Amino acid sequence: MANYSTNEFKGGLKIMIDGEPCTILENEMVKPGKGQAFNRVKIRKLISGKVLEKTFKSGDSVEGADVMETDLAYLYADGEFWHFMNNDTFEQIAADEKAVGDNVKWLVENDVCTITLWNGNPIAVAPPNFVELEITDTDPGLKGDTAGTGGKPATLTTGAVVRVPLFVQIGEVIKVDTRTGEYVSRVK
Amino acid sequence: MNEALWAPSAQIETLKQRASVLASIRAFFAAREVMEVETPCLSQASVTDVHLATFATEFIGPSYAKGLPLYLQTSPEFAMKRLLAAGSGAIFQIGKAFRNEESGRQHNPEFTMLEWYRPEFDEFALMDEIDCLMQEVLSCEQAVRISYQEAFKTYLGVDPLDIELDELKSLCAKYGYEEIAATEQFIDPLLQLLFCMEIEPQIGVDAPCFVYHFPASQAALAQLNDADPRVAGRFELYYQGMELANGFNELTDAIEQSKRFDEDNDMRTKMSLPEVEKDQRFLAALESGLPACAGVALGIDRLVMLATGKSSIKEVIAFDVERA
Repeated sequence: MANYSTNEFKGGLKIMIDGEPCTILENEMVKPGKGQAFNRVKIRKLISGKVLEKTFKSGDSVEGADVMETDLAYLYADGEFWHFMNNDTFEQIAADEKAVGDNVKWLVENDVCTITLWNGNPIAVAPPNFVELEITDTDPGLKGDTAGTGGKPATLTTGAVVRVPLFVQIGEVIKVDTRTGEYVSRVK
Repeated sequence: MNEALWAPSAQIETLKQRASVLASIRAFFAAREVMEVETPCLSQASVTDVHLATFATEFIGPSYAKGLPLYLQTSPEFAMKRLLAAGSGAIFQIGKAFRNEESGRQHNPEFTMLEWYRPEFDEFALMDEIDCLMQEVLSCEQAVRISYQEAFKTYLGVDPLDIELDELKSLCAKYGYEEIAATEQFIDPLLQLLFCMEIEPQIGVDAPCFVYHFPASQAALAQLNDADPRVAGRFELYYQGMELANGFNELTDAIEQSKRFDEDNDMRTKMSLPEVEKDQRFLAALESGLPACAGVALGIDRLVMLATGKSSIKEVIAFDVERA
């Protein structure tokens, strides 16, 4: 993998820090008028998700990380791995629990997810921004209130719990924004 | 790219405020009978400073059919000192300076610098005058002062004038800069690292802060202190997270100046940077006699950022480098 000099630093660049692939979130040059220049960068570690700051001497180089993102359709889980497929090549990839993480609750069969690969191995799975899931459990006793004040918790087929308006019932399919975990609408 | 790049990076309202800052600076110097001067942006000589990168170009025309190499000046210092040596008396300049490799929230490769010189002032008298200007332009509190040594002792608990490289490296590692410390061979870049990252954010918060008596190894163009030659007559001004000004009790000795240029070039060789030819016209001016004086360079764009509450330099200049 190529090395990147600090002049190539920008948001989104993938580099190796402490043996872990990271993405640069922010990059700032700090330079005294008469002195050495430094780059202060904010990075997110792509495996642990940790956000931290690092400082480099300007002009130094850092090893790039072989990280790519690919859009794959979710197929099924076998208890140990979650399987995804490239709809064009039919090539399949299995992601482990660490890669799927909390997003397991937004995985819907045939939905196209963005898989982050490091050296060809999946390290993160991002669901689509919106998913449609059926409600398996919610308090049915609260009918008639259409004002939507406050709402109530509803459990979805994947185990995700979302606040929904009071009129939404068990068996209905709802649209959820996976970035915020919020109810968007009912799906007819 | 959604933003239209023809449009200014600064709001017109900010540019009006900028114009009024410039007018008040000119009024300040007019009242004190300091003469405004203009010196070349394009110079036949460059600077040896290891941390400054210049833009180079070439004049081709009458008398120079084969081309005359020219450098965009990184500061008007040498030319202004030539005027002082020629008997100008107190002078100031508001002009563009150019520095390659510098761009960011507080840097644009071309920027506006206010530089002025006061014969017979020492650095402390000049700090008084800068303080007056700051209060006039920013309506800020009176500045405070701390020596470079006190700053390190207060905020980091070490004496920067009496520290070994190894001790400094472990201190840097303690603050999370172990990678930089591991490969660094010299003391000054590590002192600069700790100063920028760990001290600067803590000083000049409520009132502007002058840091004076920089180490002799970072003297640049300042005289060494008579009483303690470990330090130089160099100071910097910090306010609200910004380095605003750098000033000197100016070095007037041509031989010492030439020696410092040679030392810069030695360091350039060690750092695998190209050597830079010494500015002989500047050295000749020192030889003919530069009056004892103090001088300072102040970043106007950063001053306007403070006056207008903007956090990025591009918001106070009409067109930043991306829109230039």
